[in-house]
Amino acid sequence: MTQKDYLVLSDGAIFQGESFGAPARASGEVVFNTSMTGYQEVLTDPSYGGQIVVMTYPMVGNYGVNPDDFESRGVQVRGFVVREACEDYSHWQATGSLGDFLAQRGIPGIQGIDTRALTRRLRTQGVMMGAITSDETPQQALERLRSQPLYGEAEYVQTVTTTGPYGWERGRAVMRARTEGRKHVVVLDYGLKLNILRILAAKGCAVTAVPAGAGAQQVLSLRPDGVVLSPGPGDPALLGYAVAAVQGLLEATAPSGRPLPILGICLGHQLLARALGADTFKLKFGHRGANHPVQDLETGRVHITSQNHGYAVDGSRLSREARVTHLSLNDGTVEGIRHTRLPALSIQYHSEASPGPRDNVYIFDRFLELVRKVGV
Amino acid sequence: MAKPSKVLIIGSGPIVIGQAAEFDYAGTQACKAMREEGVVSVLVNSNPATIMTDRGIADVVYIEPLTVEVLERIIARERPDGLLPTLGGQTGLNLAVDLADAGVLERYGVRLLGTPLDTIRKAEDRLLFKQLLQDIGEPVPTSATVNTLEEARRVAQEIGLPLVVRPAYTLGGTGGGIAATHEELERIVSGGLGASPIRQVLLERSLVGWKEVEYEVMRDGADNCITVCNMENFDPMGVHTGDSIVVAPSQTLTDKEYQTLRTASLKIIRALGIEGGCNIQFAMAPRPLRGERYSPDGHATPYSVIEVNPRVSRSSALASKATGYPIARVAAKIAVGRRLDEIRNQVTGESTAAFEPALDYCVVKIPRWPFDKFASGDRAIGTQMKATGEVMAIGRTFEAALQKAVRSLEIGKRSLLWEDPAWDLKDGLPSPEVLARLPLQPTDERLWALMAALRRDAPAEELALRTGIDLWFLHKLRRLVAMERRLLSEPLVPALLREAKRLGFPDELIAQLGDSSRTEGLAERVRQLRREWGILPVYKMVDTCAAEFTAETPYYYSAYEQENEAPPLQGSRAVVIGSGPIRIGQGIEFDYCSVHAAWALEAAGAQSIMVNSNPETVSTDFDTSHRLYFEPLDEEGLRDILENEDQGLLEGSDGRTTAGLGGDLPASIVQFGGQTAINLAEPLARSGLSILGSSAETIDLAEDRRRFEELMNRLGIPQPPGSAVTSVEGALQVAQAIGYPVLVRPSYVLGGRAMEIVHNPRDLIEYMTHAVELGSGRPVLIDKYLEGKEVEVDAICDGEQVLIPGVMEHIERAGVHSGDSMAVYPGLDLTSREVDTLVDYTQRIGLGLQVRGLMNVQYVIMPGRGQNGGDGAAVVEPSVYVLEVNPRASRTVPFLSKVTDVPMVRLATNVMLGVSLAEQGYRGGLWKRQRLVAIKAPVFSKSKLLGVDTYLGPEMKSTGEVMGIDATFEAALTKALMAAGLMPHPQGTALLSIADRDKSEALPIIREFYQQGYRLYATEGTAALIRALDMPVTQVMKIGEGHPNVVDVIIDRTVDLVVNTISGQRNPLRDGFEIRRAAAELRVPCFTSLDTARAAVRSLARGEKGYTVSPLHEYLATRSP
Repeated sequence: MTQKDYLVLSDGAIFQGESFGAPARASGEVVFNTSMTGYQEVLTDPSYGGQIVVMTYPMVGNYGVNPDDFESRGVQVRGFVVREACEDYSHWQATGSLGDFLAQRGIPGIQGIDTRALTRRLRTQGVMMGAITSDETPQQALERLRSQPLYGEAEYVQTVTTTGPYGWERGRAVMRARTEGRKHVVVLDYGLKLNILRILAAKGCAVTAVPAGAGAQQVLSLRPDGVVLSPGPGDPALLGYAVAAVQGLLEATAPSGRPLPILGICLGHQLLARALGADTFKLKFGHRGANHPVQDLETGRVHITSQNHGYAVDGSRLSREARVTHLSLNDGTVEGIRHTRLPALSIQYHSEASPGPRDNVYIFDRFLELVRKVGV
Repeated sequence: MAKPSKVLIIGSGPIVIGQAAEFDYAGTQACKAMREEGVVSVLVNSNPATIMTDRGIADVVYIEPLTVEVLERIIARERPDGLLPTLGGQTGLNLAVDLADAGVLERYGVRLLGTPLDTIRKAEDRLLFKQLLQDIGEPVPTSATVNTLEEARRVAQEIGLPLVVRPAYTLGGTGGGIAATHEELERIVSGGLGASPIRQVLLERSLVGWKEVEYEVMRDGADNCITVCNMENFDPMGVHTGDSIVVAPSQTLTDKEYQTLRTASLKIIRALGIEGGCNIQFAMAPRPLRGERYSPDGHATPYSVIEVNPRVSRSSALASKATGYPIARVAAKIAVGRRLDEIRNQVTGESTAAFEPALDYCVVKIPRWPFDKFASGDRAIGTQMKATGEVMAIGRTFEAALQKAVRSLEIGKRSLLWEDPAWDLKDGLPSPEVLARLPLQPTDERLWALMAALRRDAPAEELALRTGIDLWFLHKLRRLVAMERRLLSEPLVPALLREAKRLGFPDELIAQLGDSSRTEGLAERVRQLRREWGILPVYKMVDTCAAEFTAETPYYYSAYEQENEAPPLQGSRAVVIGSGPIRIGQGIEFDYCSVHAAWALEAAGAQSIMVNSNPETVSTDFDTSHRLYFEPLDEEGLRDILENEDQGLLEGSDGRTTAGLGGDLPASIVQFGGQTAINLAEPLARSGLSILGSSAETIDLAEDRRRFEELMNRLGIPQPPGSAVTSVEGALQVAQAIGYPVLVRPSYVLGGRAMEIVHNPRDLIEYMTHAVELGSGRPVLIDKYLEGKEVEVDAICDGEQVLIPGVMEHIERAGVHSGDSMAVYPGLDLTSREVDTLVDYTQRIGLGLQVRGLMNVQYVIMPGRGQNGGDGAAVVEPSVYVLEVNPRASRTVPFLSKVTDVPMVRLATNVMLGVSLAEQGYRGGLWKRQRLVAIKAPVFSKSKLLGVDTYLGPEMKSTGEVMGIDATFEAALTKALMAAGLMPHPQGTALLSIADRDKSEALPIIREFYQQGYRLYATEGTAALIRALDMPVTQVMKIGEGHPNVVDVIIDRTVDLVVNTISGQRNPLRDGFEIRRAAAELRVPCFTSLDTARAAVRSLARGEKGYTVSPLHEYLATRSP
């Protein structure tokens, strides 16, 4: 028999379920994701650092896990909550089940939960801290939870970023990317998703990822033709060092002597916005899913985007030199900005998809166009 | 582009296999959308049993035949500046192409909206379509288009077998198939060339066994694109998607695969330039192919684009109901120039239509096939669709949704436990033998066969290999089998019961498994246990966004979960029980009635709670009622819903209710949902739940043969002599006493199922022995067969008065099922004395049965004794016999409501709420006769159902109906025949094969055909008769006597009309059967009743042109003084 376990929320709500994955305790900010596919990409997305993720789609694990759908080296979530975890998976690519995958990586899951009720609670009360029990009562878990820092109080970027720089070639990490004859894009890794590297490489760039703590000079020493500020977990307000680096990069030039093109994605977007004077704030329950409509104000077009963020940019104090280029059709929050003078742009959503729709890969083209222009 | 000011919307015509009620849903939404946009809508449809043809939906309604000529006349009169053809199925698109080709659109300056003409052609012409896909780099299966059998043989050499054969421009894949051998290739290609109006078929590499996945895509004029959802077929490639079990969203695709197909979908809709909705079907390989690299991005799974429907389709209706996203409404708005982000999302009220729904449940659709009625039909399913309708179910898991869908099918009381005794699966049979005996090839029974195999420990992997069904689905079935075993072996404790309910096990099945003695009434015990243990369903909302945003959709499904989102409605309310899947005998008419009942409740100040399981309907639009439960229509489902609506649970309920709607639990309306709903009256009443209108007692009185007979005797109303019997001997005795021919049928059935006319004792013995449920102890009814004039009456009774909106006379004599007869309003050939008698009887029956609401009575009128050869005084009462009384809405209610302008459902609903007819301003008796003639003609889907005999008889076979309405009988008849596709060509050629006993009666009809310039072909006996009358005739050989024989002249299109009556033998002669099948498959009008043939020739004599084309309200405006 499967063991009875609980998901306990900091407001005292208790959901009973059965454990799967690793038999371990977990605590973190409980957030929900509405994607119907792509659970492996979600689990391995570093932006979920410090969080327990609830999937609103009830049947998860149907196609198992496979070697191709990693977005980072390991599982990044603290815990995983589903209505039902599928044991009898079926797919030609699959090498194991979701449960075994979590178990091997020491991550607890809980299933049998009324995830819709849970989601409705998070939507109305806002996201909050929660704990998955293993060998304790719900009350003990609640006490444990109350003794821990809130999600917004901790910095997670340092726990997920790379320890040293690496290049990306032919689908895997290498010591150093060959830059000869190619545009060199340096990606600041605040918790990057590998698909960003895959797309840039597929578009013919030399790609180097560097640790989040890298300062502007360190980045510039790699002689980049463009810089990507990656997504990542947590509150951007805690990342003063990163904002400073971005400010440095905004003033820097590419090898051609022209201003250095910058693309910010998700956390990278928030950092760029902060570097340009804007504030960021915490959303009540965030945007996490693969169906978020965003309007491109420059073209009027609507794109369906993949999103995963709990903080957003307050556009009201953005520098006069920047303007808002994208808005969420759901809640009107800022989804993209662009510098009016410098080749810097950013988007709150995930143009790299994975999981989610690939409608926004064009953002990389827009960025690479700037990279090519400065190179001439 | 400028917004049009007046738009013509084409409906899809009669319900046929491949084109069902989903287009009423689509057209109705489109008309409403036009109104919101301030665009005048003109609607044309030949099908009166639709909500879209109601007053108040479109601005102008035409119920006219869907032909180019009629449409041109409408366009000339209405001068619309836009034509919206994408909501009327393939019929709508084909007509748009025809109108364009005929130059009509250009002549009147009508702009085609939604889908460009060029795209319609590209999507339908296989060659153009393939070229387009190749141009944008999308993979397509190797294929070739051919116009002759010779070319087909050559292609088979090149590509190799098996090949898929798809005819161009046909409905539901008609005339297609998969050819694995050269013989099959010859047969299917010949049929396909015949079925295609342009004599073209596509031969394509077979992808049998690949996963089949569809996407519903929307695009607006600013090139914004979204996908509404995707769906995956349980049955892999090789089975038409309309005949597949379908699940939404896809279950076995990785995100990479999902996105690859989604990206392809957007690319395709952009390339096609569609402004509106479209459906794209893909095949995806279950694994990479050896030595082949199909896919554009290298490592991914190979896929292929199969088909595009550049319009709203059956799948869009399913996707709309599965997600809550109103595809038809949005498509219509886009067609008149709206952008997706300008259209409000009705569900959340705040966001826009530019988003993609997120589901937090699983949807399962199962087709409803007509094989329960056509035992002789070929049960195999393939690329040609055979289902008449479908059910949808929503659950939090696949298992729960699947079991709910099975409950919704209403095939007897068949649960997943059902096994066909014919499989002969004795205990201890070795596994290979079990698999050999089970129908694992695609048929309507495959799901049950898979369960049977798993129950006997057949490995899921082996089944996957044999069927191509993905292992994931088979593993899910295996989980159900594992639970069956636990229920069989373990004591029923709360944890087990809860787990079983979460997997969707119905109480009935849990009871059966828990008790080997299989005693009745155990389900009730399980229900009690559930209540005691607090294992009750909760109701979750379908909100398009997986609870991410607040939504106000009153659209719910049940689940065994923690939180209930549907607290009882406050104030007065009533439950309308819908009619479930469309099937022969229970069509869209009942959905029409259910929708009107909901509207009538609203008008009366009460809230309507709709329960239905059919995704193709207007009733399951969440804005039709105050609250929609998408649930199976069975006792468990209904009682759970009623208990969930218990106002006793509400604190501070003010208790104010409309008269008749008091009580903690809501009352139910069972009159409008056909036999499905009426069958629930008894179980609901037994559980102490209240029924509005006619009581369960009244219903039983009408259905119980003995009690009904007593009542008729008491009321002094004659019935054909007859009796109910339960044995062969009893049957022979009764037949002997009343005299042959006799009409035999099992009691309590639907649509005249298994009803036959029997002419002699030998056939009676055979019928009694084989055909019917004698085993179950239910009686068989035997009546004297009276071959007279059949008349049908619908009435509304409030207990004091009986209002009869009109009397309908059938063109075919008694013996042809009323649903298959052409019905004429008003009864033109009835004497006033006959009408008086009908009205008198109907009133007596309504009051005698204590009907509250609607009822339908069928009568037969025999030529009055004493009228023939009498002295003219004819004081004798006309011989009117009552055949059948149904205390519920009948399938003629929409027809009669439309042609008499009496709002029958509204009046009946108000009566149920306690408002008398008088209080509603109506009097009892016969409603004033309208100065118009309206003829309802049945439409069959004969060509789709191989092996089914098509002669008209007491068993219903039609799937839909059309209406011809005009000022005169002849004009109305012409239009009814045109709309039904039965109008004879002028000066054509007829094949005549008449049974001996009909010959004398056939003579004047034959002569009339001859006088109309027809050339006559006939079988031996009939030819002799014609020669004897000095008319020229070509005698045709019988099958097996050489060529050309009776079938050859049909296949080579020598003849374009067939009259063939059956001999009255129980097993109709083989030649007759072959004649009828050939005619059906080649769509040659075939008359098996002399009455229909007589009407057709009468219409021919009149000529095609003499009819009017007017909006419905103009016919109605010609009031009697």
